[in-house]
Amino acid sequence: MEPFKFIRANDPRGAISSMAGSGAKIIAGGTNLVDLMKLNIEKPTQLIDINGLKMQTIETLPNGTVRIGALVKNSDLAYHPSIMKNFPVLSEALLSGASAQLRNMATVGGNLLQRTRCPYFYDTAAPCNKRVPGSGCSAIDGYNRNNAVLGTSKYCIATHPSDMCVAMAALGAVIHVQGPAGSREIPFGDFHLMPAQTPQYETTLKHGELITSVDIPPMPYATRSHYLKVRDRASYEFALASAAVILNINGGRIKDARVALGGVGTKPWRATLAEKVLTGAVNSEQTYRTAAEAALSEAKPYKHNAFKIELAKRTLVHALKTVGGMS
Amino acid sequence: MNEIVGKPIDRVDGRLKVTGKATYSAEYFPKNMVYGVLVLSTIAKGRIKNIDSRQAERVPGFVGIMSYKNSMSLHFPQGADPGAGKFAEKDLLPMQNNRIYYDGQAVAVVMAETFEQAEHAASLVKIDYEIEKPTVGLEGNLSSKYKPAAGMGGAQIQAMRGDADAALHSSEVKFEQTYTTPVYHHNAMEPHATIAEWTGDNLMVYDATQSVTGVRSLLSAMLGAPSDKINVVALFIGGGFGSKGFTWPNTILTAMAAKQINRPVKLVLSRQQMFTTAGRRSQTIQKISFGATSAGKLTSTKHETISESSFVDEYVETAGLATNMLYSCPNVEVSHSLVRLNRVTPCPTRAPGEAPGTFALEVAMDELAYQLKMDPVQLRLVNYADTDEGKSKQFSSKNLKECYRRGAEAIGWAQRNPQVGSMREGDYLVGYGMATATYPANRSPSSAKAILYADGHAEIMCATQDIGTGTYTIMTQAAADIFGLPVEKVQVKLGNSAYPKGANSGGSQVTASVGPAIRAAAVGVLEKLKKMAISDNASPLHGHKEENIFASDGRIHLKDNADKGETYTQLLNRQGLQKVEALAKTNVSNRQQTESNPAAKGTAEASAEEESKTNPAVQEDEHVDRKPYSFHSFGAQFVRVLVDPLLNRVKVDRAVSVMDIGKVMNLKLATNQIMGGMIFGIGMALLEETAYDPNNGRVVTRDLAQYLVPVNADMPQLEVQFIDIPDPIISPIGARGIGEIGITGITAAINNAIYHATGKRVRDLPVTLDKLI
Repeated sequence: MEPFKFIRANDPRGAISSMAGSGAKIIAGGTNLVDLMKLNIEKPTQLIDINGLKMQTIETLPNGTVRIGALVKNSDLAYHPSIMKNFPVLSEALLSGASAQLRNMATVGGNLLQRTRCPYFYDTAAPCNKRVPGSGCSAIDGYNRNNAVLGTSKYCIATHPSDMCVAMAALGAVIHVQGPAGSREIPFGDFHLMPAQTPQYETTLKHGELITSVDIPPMPYATRSHYLKVRDRASYEFALASAAVILNINGGRIKDARVALGGVGTKPWRATLAEKVLTGAVNSEQTYRTAAEAALSEAKPYKHNAFKIELAKRTLVHALKTVGGMS
Repeated sequence: MNEIVGKPIDRVDGRLKVTGKATYSAEYFPKNMVYGVLVLSTIAKGRIKNIDSRQAERVPGFVGIMSYKNSMSLHFPQGADPGAGKFAEKDLLPMQNNRIYYDGQAVAVVMAETFEQAEHAASLVKIDYEIEKPTVGLEGNLSSKYKPAAGMGGAQIQAMRGDADAALHSSEVKFEQTYTTPVYHHNAMEPHATIAEWTGDNLMVYDATQSVTGVRSLLSAMLGAPSDKINVVALFIGGGFGSKGFTWPNTILTAMAAKQINRPVKLVLSRQQMFTTAGRRSQTIQKISFGATSAGKLTSTKHETISESSFVDEYVETAGLATNMLYSCPNVEVSHSLVRLNRVTPCPTRAPGEAPGTFALEVAMDELAYQLKMDPVQLRLVNYADTDEGKSKQFSSKNLKECYRRGAEAIGWAQRNPQVGSMREGDYLVGYGMATATYPANRSPSSAKAILYADGHAEIMCATQDIGTGTYTIMTQAAADIFGLPVEKVQVKLGNSAYPKGANSGGSQVTASVGPAIRAAAVGVLEKLKKMAISDNASPLHGHKEENIFASDGRIHLKDNADKGETYTQLLNRQGLQKVEALAKTNVSNRQQTESNPAAKGTAEASAEEESKTNPAVQEDEHVDRKPYSFHSFGAQFVRVLVDPLLNRVKVDRAVSVMDIGKVMNLKLATNQIMGGMIFGIGMALLEETAYDPNNGRVVTRDLAQYLVPVNADMPQLEVQFIDIPDPIISPIGARGIGEIGITGITAAINNAIYHATGKRVRDLPVTLDKLI
């Protein structure tokens, strides 16, 4: 690990101004950043501890929007009564991630920014365009069982690791950030970037901007929602494939559908093609299957991960069955 | 007697462990110590062109860097005592030249005042390589396979009886399949760790090792330092599973680095380094062929194993050895071939040979049973081996039929519908599977010292190790019974090379090897006490016969009249003695190299041998004729799995082991050992695999997020039963080792249960869900 300076910010403005120089990084839970620093993947010269900032609350706004402070711990969010009741998909996604100990430290803001677990990204001796732009991608022709099949490019096929983000993508969350030039809102789908030719850029967050909160807009039918995560071992592993599903069913028809996939995409993957199939269709297993086919229609397999395409389809069908009740 | 042995007492060191007071090898802080961090090669083959340490040297606290350019010269370790320690890479002395043979080869040690500074400085060392094309991948290099002459310790690995080919050709039923297992890593909780401190010519080493005396003799031979000036200590070891059985470069390098800078050095491998630099289990490709009658009697068995080793040592994963004895069959051929790859040298991994070997053999038996439309248990009974047909010897003790019977009853085998895919529970497919477990019951020479103090407590000393298995506890129990003392009054000291040499903690041999030596040493002390009392006018036992005197409750007394006797304290106080001690050495071995060399004159070993000539326990033990016997433990493992038919997730629902391992020394610890083996087997069957980059041969899965060991949520209900019939031949204690047998069989049993549930036979481990789609 490189030596670094450590300062505590007292308010958002202080944190933002401290970020002005290059090499400064925000630290909250530290569950991903510290690992990356130990392995010399992240080498900040200055850490700005924001744990003293007042961003730890979960509140329901008059219009029904739930506003989640960026420093809310993953575990606190997962077990929040209104989240459990109104957005089970989010609670389930959070609880499927990491371990209890990590969830007690990891924050919502940090989760939005967590970085891929592609093994080549973690091995500083291996070429990786995300870590060292222009060095090449070791995974494309290497061992790629856990890599992505959606949103890949010839520069990077790394999977986005978050479970929480998959649920938030389905819920259409909105991210609030504050920066030197003021505050702005970023719709969830516009927050994460696909690798394209510049996999080193992972989000549209600008240098010097601080995530302050995440809004979950009201969605009464989200009480019927589910997050299904499939992995090799029963706990403490990133997804091979996961699905977040929210269905609004009325009179045997699907009125509204929100679907997102994890473990298969280079970003939290809102499956709009599947949503199109589901919306307005008869609530049936056949519809689920058609939706799953659509969700993965643009998938591109690599040598060791072709199974993920079929697995993601089955995962989605399984999740749709659980929510839609048809089997 | 035998009042405490067998009882499920808690670990005597349990409190130390849970309060953090048990000192592991990295947990010492000699004055003036520096921290060493290894720099590893990042290529699998080539040469170092240049080492640039300028940036590293500017790090505050930097003390020094050692590489092939400035390291001391080493000697090849041929001079080491035979069987007393194995350096992992016989053809590659660490840091002696610029050649690179594998990813993760140690190329430099960077030393600094703090761990953080050493880590930082190590990360700044720039190494330029001349890269050569490495030999990567077993499957692509099969044309270079060859048959090694022997396995570890000269083990016979090519075996034949009858004519397996001819018998196969003419058999009514034929079966042939190929099974593959990946590279596995041991993943002990405690990484390899060493502290070395020189004081003049004296070398003190704390090392995470399964053999303190082995490390001592290797350090002596490789560094050219006198053995009697080297002390190696490993009081507690956080698991070894074989990875700490061989000595790896990190240990030698720490001693070299400490010498170079003339300060104590601590060097601990990181978790990532454990995946490249401290051994592994070899990948295997195994072909099993059976010929059988239509009634299921085996007429021919062939087991061909191809495994891989490094370019710097020849280690054979002896997967076929159990096939030579597990079933009755007149025509058997077992062969082993090796391919050399640019990977770190493989080494023993919990149940070396048997773990992958019984996977292949026992899945093949299951396949044969289905082919014959026969119950898998019945097929094993039809081919039950009453004797070891491979060695033409009788078994010292074998109760495997009872294991099958009890295991089947425990799992509810009778309720199993043999039709594949026929059983369901809710949405899940249900499968039942079983397999035979087996592991050799090894025993090696061991010596020990026993001391009884006038205050009525006893001490035992033996240079063996407790690698987390419970050796401290069961040896305390064994000694307590001989002395007639409660366990609180007996202190067993292990893990110090200064003590009389005990067996290394490998091959499931410690209990059977060290137990008799400790017992004999305690008996030796008792003999002395009895003689003292008999010839002491003031003793109530004066003039009585030795054979009429017993020990219990901290006293010696007449066998028939417990009131007539005295306490150890009374006797020793009257004699004016503070203590009475005895050395004992039991020279019994059933391993390949049968007789150990006599100990060098003047050593503690030699004194132990001399004293043992009149020790009745040693004499009785050594006079047992063991030549007609073959020593193996056996067991039966049954599992019930649930398989989600849509997502193919496999959940081991129940797992039962019934083990025939001789006398159970401590039911709690024995159960714990078998459970640990079963968990290892669940990982091996379903999760674990070390992946290599197909292009450059480097390890890809180098942490516990990428290399998946089972977690609690993967655990089934684990049930362990023991036959608990003492083995009268292996030793007076009657116990065979149990560290490894738990992982044999279970992997096949899970595989067989998945087949029963789904009708899909996956012959390539691990059985991950992608292979079931």
